[in-house]
Amino acid sequence: MQFIKRFSQNYGAVLGLIILAAIVFLAVAAPLLYPGNPWKTVGMPLLRPLQDAKFLLGTDMLGRDIAAGIAHGAKVSLLIGVVSTLVAVLIGVTIGAVAGFYGGRVDDILMRFTEFFQIIPTFAMAVVLVAIFSPNFISITLAIAVVSWPSVARLVRAEFLSLRQREFVQAAVVIGQSGPRIILTQILPNAVSPIIVTASLMVATAILTESALSFLGLGDRNMMSWGFMIGAARTMLREAWWMSFFPGFAILLAVLAINLIGEGINDVMNPHLRGRKQ
Amino acid sequence: MSDTKAPLLSVKNLTIALPEGFDRAHAIQDISYDLNPGEVLCVVGESGSGKSMTANAIMGLLPDYLKPTRGSIDYHGRDLLSLPEEEKRALRGRDIAMVFQEPLSALNPLMTVGEQIDEVMLVHGNTNAAARAARVLELMEYVGLPDPATLRNAYPFRLSGGQRQRIVIAMALALEPSILIADEPTTALDVTTQAQILALIKRIQRAKGMGVIFVTHDFGVVADIADRAIVMEKGLIVEQGTADQVLNHPKHPYTQRLIAAVPHRETERKESNGVEAADEVPLLELRNLNKTYRSSEGLFSKPRVVPAVQDINLVLHRGQTLGVVGESGSGKSTLGRVIMKLLDSDSGQILYHGMDIAPLSQASFRPMRKKIQMIFQDPFASLNPRQTIGRILTDGPLANGVDKTTARKRAEELLARVGLDASAYVRYPHEFSGGQRQRIGIARALMLDPDILIADESVSALDVSVQEQVLRLLRDIQDQLKLGMIFITHDLRIAAQICDQIVVMRRGEVVEMGPPSQIFDAPQNEYTQRLIEAIPGKEWHPEQVIRDLHKESI
Repeated sequence: MQFIKRFSQNYGAVLGLIILAAIVFLAVAAPLLYPGNPWKTVGMPLLRPLQDAKFLLGTDMLGRDIAAGIAHGAKVSLLIGVVSTLVAVLIGVTIGAVAGFYGGRVDDILMRFTEFFQIIPTFAMAVVLVAIFSPNFISITLAIAVVSWPSVARLVRAEFLSLRQREFVQAAVVIGQSGPRIILTQILPNAVSPIIVTASLMVATAILTESALSFLGLGDRNMMSWGFMIGAARTMLREAWWMSFFPGFAILLAVLAINLIGEGINDVMNPHLRGRKQ
Repeated sequence: MSDTKAPLLSVKNLTIALPEGFDRAHAIQDISYDLNPGEVLCVVGESGSGKSMTANAIMGLLPDYLKPTRGSIDYHGRDLLSLPEEEKRALRGRDIAMVFQEPLSALNPLMTVGEQIDEVMLVHGNTNAAARAARVLELMEYVGLPDPATLRNAYPFRLSGGQRQRIVIAMALALEPSILIADEPTTALDVTTQAQILALIKRIQRAKGMGVIFVTHDFGVVADIADRAIVMEKGLIVEQGTADQVLNHPKHPYTQRLIAAVPHRETERKESNGVEAADEVPLLELRNLNKTYRSSEGLFSKPRVVPAVQDINLVLHRGQTLGVVGESGSGKSTLGRVIMKLLDSDSGQILYHGMDIAPLSQASFRPMRKKIQMIFQDPFASLNPRQTIGRILTDGPLANGVDKTTARKRAEELLARVGLDASAYVRYPHEFSGGQRQRIGIARALMLDPDILIADESVSALDVSVQEQVLRLLRDIQDQLKLGMIFITHDLRIAAQICDQIVVMRRGEVVEMGPPSQIFDAPQNEYTQRLIEAIPGKEWHPEQVIRDLHKESI
């Protein structure tokens, strides 16, 4: 209850939540608002926005509805953003928790393994992974997860290293709890706040990465995506600005909304920053 | 102190309001006192009593959300509360200086200590660098630092706690202020260091005729240093008078309660019941136990080696309370942790019922853990903030194969046993005070029916009155359950109150061992003698005061 109250006092976060809710609504309602395949030609090519009342945001060079593309693309962006983040958090928390709790040799091995992923430029690695496993929803999601888990692992390890020294964890050792039990019931609940904050910001990064992959033509061919729309529009930039502007604006709004929410959660959950506006 | 002299500083009806949502409306209310030239005025109180508040108000160090609502602080005809910031800054350091509790955080880690003393004079307009440099050396010499010429170029982390506090005092003295405010200046220090710093403050105060406001929670310190004393409770002054009046003839019931709670030796306490059990197998025996801390070896640096526990031999019998006393760095906490197997020992034996547990792996020791339990130091860090008290208490039995209903019943019994309400079961740690949390910690340890209880500084973080209650609880438990208890503490007075045997440790070694009567009345070792000598307020006998009060009332 207190969480909601404090969160709602943060105007930026509330604004972000409203925008995100609108995007989610758009994604869910897309089949109703714009029934049929968004890839299909439905009107004259290169209609300007508002030129035809049927196509509010205009059409592209093949006569496809831009608005329908954005509505259907919202689903892909959000889905890939959320699922890839969940997978990344799962991997990152597991490796970070084990490394931070057991320390020593285990920590060394796991951290060297993590660094192995960190030394390759993330986007280049994502491109290579998607290119190897033909571009589809699953390979794109996994590729984004694989390049983004190391930061979670580092964060969780740092949290575990400091929490492990706390007296309540030693007390748990003393009463005879086993290692995995201590990790799950004693330490993890106390490390949840920073994980949630990082995860919320990772969703935004994942959406950007997906867009960038689609822009390069490495998107799922069966799913309309914002990044693909911008990529398709790049040759028509001077003739038809609306083709790239609206999907680009959609990405901006989605990422901004998620960042605002992430900041809001951070402010509420991080007690050191509480009341810093006073 | 003649009455004709005008007071240096006089606080009149000072009231500071607290913002809404606190447990009381005022941080301090209607506080009035005078500080005379050449006297040490002690402000005593427990945590939350508002004892530091007037000191901060005088220095203008109150946080933004605290505003004095009424009253004045009169210094040479000027009201410090309404003085503009510019003028107040000129006064700070020059006229009124302050010494803080934690010398390490009061010093800038990136400046040498000499520069920091120098800076005080520089910001107050002394531009003659040579004169300042000479003064720095003079001040360092004056506060008793060895070899000032070398030490002035040292960074704070190189210095010991006592040396750092001497630097802070030298900074405070740099401009010869007429008032020195010391906020718990010895609380973070070891007893022997505390005794030296107290003597230093007293000496300086005598020599310079300064007025000193000394904020403390420790009546022993008051007895050593105060000319006059003020006792505060919940933002109010409950008693005010000369040190002798307050300490030896306390009138207010709160002062009497506090004095009764001051740890002291109990002369009638039976000693050494280890003798009666001498021929059975001891509960716990340590043989030549060693533990050394080693930092990892760098490419160009040798590893740092700190022997924390050296060749320790101890015997603990059922029903015995063994005190382990030492200053910081003596290895007393390491010893506790090695026995608990929270740390691995390097060599030696830990015999529990005659069986060596030292070589056991964590996994094979886990089933035996329930028999050796620990009460931790920090009541705020030792309970998981995300779990209910019920969960915290029952986790132990559940991990050892007891079923839920039995565990719950036992938890409820023990909550009652340690003096907490049954409703605590579903509440969270943050809803409890420090003393209550420590009771929960004790209940958690007892949930597993241990044979051995190790209490590591378990009452150090508590106020005296709460400390006394928790100590009494521990003693009752000990009397009833006949455990073997190891009580680790830095405070000899507390050890004397609860222990049958005392072990004095220094730099990882046992320097002396014996019943309290021997340790206190006839200490053999030179170090023990120094420790005993340094106990604050040893000329003052609170138990005598309380006895006299009882006699009067009858």
